[in-house]
Amino acid sequence: MRPLTEEETKTFFEKLSKYIGDSIALLLDRQDGAYCFRLHKERVYYISEELMKKAGNIAGENLLSFGTCFGKFTRKDRKFMLHVTALDYLAPYAKYKVWLKPSAEQQFLYGHNVVKSGLGRITEGTSDHQGVIVYSMNDMPLGFGLAAKSTEACRHADPMMVVLHHQADIGEYIRNENALV
Amino acid sequence: MGRKRQLDRVPSGPGRKSRRQKDPEFESAKDKKAEKKAKRPKLDGLKKKKKGKPKAAPPPVALDSEGSTDESDLVGVAVYPLPDDFGDDEEVSDTTPQVVDGAQGDASDEKNEGSDDEEDGDEESDDGDEGGDQGMESYDEGDSSDEEELLPIEKAAKKGRKKEEEDNRLAEEELQTNIAATETLVLPSGQEVEKDAHIASDLTLVQQRIRDVQFVLADFKARKQEGKGRSDYVQQLRRDLCTYYSYNEFLMEKLMDLFPQDITDVLEANEVPRPMTIRANTLKTRRRDLAQALISRGVNLDPIGKWSKVGLVVYDSQVPVGATPEYLAGHYMLQGGSSFLPVMALAPQEKERVLDMCAAPGGKSSYIAALMKNSGSLFANDANADRAKAIVSNLHRMGVHNSVVSAYDARTFPKIMHGFDRVLLDAPCSGTGVIAKDPAVKTSKDEKDIQRCSHLQKELILAAIDCCNANSPTGGYVVYSTCSIMVEENEWVIDYALKMRSVRLVPTGLPFGNEGFVNFKQHRFHPAMKMTRRFYPHTHNLDGFFVAKLQKFSNKMPGEEQKPKPDKETNGQAKGDKSTDKAADKGQKRKNADSKEPNNTNKKRKFDPPQTPKQQGGKKNKTDTPQGEKSSPKLKGILKKSPQNAASGGKPSPTTKKRGKPSPTTKKRGKPSPTTKKRGKPSPNMKKKGKPAKKG
Repeated sequence: MRPLTEEETKTFFEKLSKYIGDSIALLLDRQDGAYCFRLHKERVYYISEELMKKAGNIAGENLLSFGTCFGKFTRKDRKFMLHVTALDYLAPYAKYKVWLKPSAEQQFLYGHNVVKSGLGRITEGTSDHQGVIVYSMNDMPLGFGLAAKSTEACRHADPMMVVLHHQADIGEYIRNENALV
Repeated sequence: MGRKRQLDRVPSGPGRKSRRQKDPEFESAKDKKAEKKAKRPKLDGLKKKKKGKPKAAPPPVALDSEGSTDESDLVGVAVYPLPDDFGDDEEVSDTTPQVVDGAQGDASDEKNEGSDDEEDGDEESDDGDEGGDQGMESYDEGDSSDEEELLPIEKAAKKGRKKEEEDNRLAEEELQTNIAATETLVLPSGQEVEKDAHIASDLTLVQQRIRDVQFVLADFKARKQEGKGRSDYVQQLRRDLCTYYSYNEFLMEKLMDLFPQDITDVLEANEVPRPMTIRANTLKTRRRDLAQALISRGVNLDPIGKWSKVGLVVYDSQVPVGATPEYLAGHYMLQGGSSFLPVMALAPQEKERVLDMCAAPGGKSSYIAALMKNSGSLFANDANADRAKAIVSNLHRMGVHNSVVSAYDARTFPKIMHGFDRVLLDAPCSGTGVIAKDPAVKTSKDEKDIQRCSHLQKELILAAIDCCNANSPTGGYVVYSTCSIMVEENEWVIDYALKMRSVRLVPTGLPFGNEGFVNFKQHRFHPAMKMTRRFYPHTHNLDGFFVAKLQKFSNKMPGEEQKPKPDKETNGQAKGDKSTDKAADKGQKRKNADSKEPNNTNKKRKFDPPQTPKQQGGKKNKTDTPQGEKSSPKLKGILKKSPQNAASGGKPSPTTKKRGKPSPTTKKRGKPSPTTKKRGKPSPNMKKKGKPAKKG
């Protein structure tokens, strides 16, 4: 377990701010104590500082997880991939949201992109390639993705055109359990 | 094409059909008649009229003769009950056959004669019988002179009734003799048993034999076969149960020991799966909201019971329960009902440090985190790294933020970390409580498996206790649970822990469940074992489970007078002792600290692998180690010096409350070998070192 290096922090925060903008500070300075990000086996974990100290007792090779895993760095390019496990923290601070119709829910949970006909609602002002959080019509967070079109373009888009690129969804807990750990 | 024959014609004549027994309709008809008669007033005039009427009509004579041959047996027996009626037959020469004849006559009267006659006869006999009944009742004291006043038809009625009673009584006796004839079940001989072992026997026969043997065993003395003892029957029952339910002999023997009365209930319950249950995740939703959401998806569910506020039982579902969006969002967890129980017993509070030693796949850990409301810290560990990954996945899905997941061998965990407020140990076991989920257990488990499990569990429970902090302000609890019903894996392990560490049993706080065994076969456990709880599939409709809650009352090892490190620690600990231990001990401990020798402090470390009772029992007497020799004068010193000890009747300090005494001064040993038999008589009061008997 070690803190993130400068570069890593930069890449990571960039990715995060795509979804939640400037609220990263809110994540770090919380009411119930200071939280921090730590790197362990190429994965970034979000954890409170006291818990981090206790987790330090556990040897590296036996430690599997602590706090919440936000995502991992790819080995070669050192790019950061955000995992669906971060959804709980991203959802409250989301700036741009997309709501899906029930018919499109299933498709999204299987990992497919969303077409215009499945789009229920979209936040105003979403720009192209903006990170968005995906919700069901019941306001249940389903995952996140990248807006393929801006809100304006979505209005005029063809029903079969892709409006949201899938990034991560909660169906991965069943489909892709191994990749999360 | 209608029939020309009379269907109602009663066959008469010498043939077989005419001898057929008649339908027993008499009682109700006669009772009604009797009631009617009782209601109507006595009519003396009518009575006198009927007296002259010939009693038995000729046609029945033939019947009578045949009937009499048939019922010759009955004739002899027939007569006793009603001496009054006996006296009625004065008119006829031969009394006994007349009873029979009378009855038949009456019957034939009712049937053969025309409807007019019958009606007349009925009416008259009603009146007469009524009077006769009244007459009978009033003459019940045996006044034979008045019986002449009874009409012949009344007498016939009486006789008919008597005959009926006779018939019924004899039929009953026949039935009894029939039963008696089939009761003596003949056990298959040795050859037959061998044959059975080779060929596949017919299951229906086996099932029938099971029932028969159980029937015999229910009232053994009366129903047994001559020359066969109870054990023969029990063995045969065991063989049949093994064949029928496909168990191996070892496991069947164990089950029959545990459930001598309801063995078939147990086995039947193990064939059927328990209902599917889910637990609402209170970190993300409420049970009510979840139930509504799932019902709208087409899941048929109900709250699990009064004992849980988060459980739901699923009867059936149109969608896969393990793949709904609510599941994926972490609103609930698929979990067996009995898995709620150890966490309910543990009752973790907010901001505590809790350890779950065998956490995979993470159901109980997530429940703990939910009860703690994501505060404090939760350490979830599992020895198997692959299974531990499932914990990570589940905890993330359920929105647990305060967890640390590791993959250690739980026996080594105390060396990594200790000082937890609460520890949950859901130990790996033989799985005999969840046979319904995994039928392979029926045939694959044998003596060695159980012993291996038991051994591992003993090591684990000591590690769990060592991880726990007795001085915790809010806790100091260890909950031990298994999904097994074997005494070797449950009560025995707890008993071992009670002897080896400073713990005591406390009530689990669970609202239902059978009490644990205090005595079982040759075992004699601590009486507090009653506070543990057992759950069975056939009584509670939950998977077989065992839950025990221990409280650690001292961080010291039992019998340990010194602290691991000299000077600082001893002073520190002595102060610590004051806060936890009773005043009576203070004197002792300080004296111990004074009189201790530096060698001893180092020798006894906190994390020594526990010694088996047998080894300790052996070592108790031996003082071959130098420490052993040193310890006795010290202890004698204690006994002399401390007046409180004497005052309390020679009882030792609370730290040594547990029964049995592992000598603190025995040699350090490696891990006890797996083949060490730990079954011995736990005779805790067998103190040969001259110490007072300890009361656990």
